[in-house]
Amino acid sequence: MTTAISIKDLHKTYSNGFIALNGISLEVAEGDFFALLGANGAGKSTTIGIIATLVKKTSGIVEVFGSNVDNNSYETKLDLGIVPQEVNFNHFEKVFDICVTQGGYYGLPRKLAEERSEKYLKQLGLWDKREQQGRQLSGGMKRRLLIARALIHEPRLLILDEPTAGVDIELRRSTWKFLQELNRAGTTIILTTHYLEEAESLCRNIAIIDKGEIVENTSMKALLKKLDTETFILDCRDDLQGLPTLDGFDLVQIDNHSLEVTLDKNQDINEVFKLLDQQDIKIKSMRNKTNRLEQLFVSLLQNSANRAATTQEGRS
Amino acid sequence: MRSASVHYKWIAFSTLVRKEVRRFLRIWIQTLVPPVITISLYFVIFGNLIGRRIGEMSGYAYMDFIVPGLVLMAVINNAYANVVSSFFSQKYQRSIEELLVSPVPNYVILAGFVVGGAARGIMIGVVASVVAMFFSGFHMHNIFITLTVLILSSVVFALGGLINAIYANKFDDINVIPTFVLTPLIYLGGVFYSIELLPDFWQGVSHINPIFYMVDAFRYGILGISDINISYAIMMLLVFVVILYSYAIILLYRGTGLRN
Repeated sequence: MTTAISIKDLHKTYSNGFIALNGISLEVAEGDFFALLGANGAGKSTTIGIIATLVKKTSGIVEVFGSNVDNNSYETKLDLGIVPQEVNFNHFEKVFDICVTQGGYYGLPRKLAEERSEKYLKQLGLWDKREQQGRQLSGGMKRRLLIARALIHEPRLLILDEPTAGVDIELRRSTWKFLQELNRAGTTIILTTHYLEEAESLCRNIAIIDKGEIVENTSMKALLKKLDTETFILDCRDDLQGLPTLDGFDLVQIDNHSLEVTLDKNQDINEVFKLLDQQDIKIKSMRNKTNRLEQLFVSLLQNSANRAATTQEGRS
Repeated sequence: MRSASVHYKWIAFSTLVRKEVRRFLRIWIQTLVPPVITISLYFVIFGNLIGRRIGEMSGYAYMDFIVPGLVLMAVINNAYANVVSSFFSQKYQRSIEELLVSPVPNYVILAGFVVGGAARGIMIGVVASVVAMFFSGFHMHNIFITLTVLILSSVVFALGGLINAIYANKFDDINVIPTFVLTPLIYLGGVFYSIELLPDFWQGVSHINPIFYMVDAFRYGILGISDINISYAIMMLLVFVVILYSYAIILLYRGTGLRN
């Protein structure tokens, strides 16, 4: 399978001495929907900046579809679409002009740039706003305009840096749907996000970056398998007459109608239902208490911090 | 390996120029009207009211003498202002990243901004010349030299504006050079007088002022009078273009002020 992006031993130290990347290596296959997760300042945006040539690396190799970004920047840039975290279009330009101009920068003849602009502005629900200036758009529309602009030259690899930050749920869902369709049509997508639910629903593979190092790089399925416990909220049909006691299970009463139960890998939720039924407590519905990925993410970062602390102790 | 074709570069270049021209036409009230008002005031006050008391300079009525310098002053200021404000505001809004992540080569970026700035300078030059015709007669000694100087001067100062914008970190930084460098050089560059009127020492100093060569050559193109050899003046303009272009392109390749 072709590799869409290959990063080898990438280092970045800023002029103030801050080490943003400490030798990360990563490969993303063509056609993948890949999540790059990390806390603020972990190195996600620096990595994207280096791929986009907006940030100069200290050392390491970055290849896009087998071409080194240092030697073949024309070729690699044609294959690459970048949706930045911050809105970075000219606020005084019209929406349509922003897209057509970007097409021109990628060598599209004006007519084709206009056709593509119409196509993507329509797909992203911005066609009605084409004559408005960028600054007149709402926050969510600005984010979708960034996506439309990045797609004008129809890149094989699209990198989105927190594309749904500050976007309401409805818009976020429609953006997800759009990205999934794009990925099904063959575009490789790399996504950084703060919404872990987003990564869990969309991405097949995942890398977690912490303090400039990759602490996990695996498939989403394999990562979620590592989860030791899972917590459920159970909504009861009738009022509870106190906290029921179930052998082998920890229950917490949230309110008159709700219970919280945490299961480890070897326990079965059906057993909980059976025991509650024996006490004449009927369950109406059930949901996960926390985002599963969030739980793992926190635990991975905690492990990473503990490892760092142990190494530090060993040195002193 | 694919490489950027001439056709691709032409599309990218014309897109950038179109965008730059669209920008200064969109804000015409800020970009096109003020120079016309300023130059009209110069003509009324210096040319007409004060000029009548001065009489002739280098064989021409004072009004006729200052017209080329005033037109060129407007050209220089506008070519510089266009690039410095456009490039810096794109840096400030980070919309310059649209260009930096695209495959547009640095020399095409440079050419696009410079041609955009020169277009505004030349457009203002044409408008200022039309205004000048209301105050003085129409003169054209050598149209080839006039156009050559007009274009080269616009290019020199558009390049200067680009270099200023690359280094600028805040809006104050794009006003320092026009206020403390450009304005004194223009006023001391022979716009309002012939350097023959200066003592020998200050005549020598005037020769290290690039604007002196531009004004003198432009005046020669229009009136046919000059303080220096015209070939030398045009050659100096070309030298300034080469030096500033080389410096600007090095800054773009290094990513100074643009890439972390």
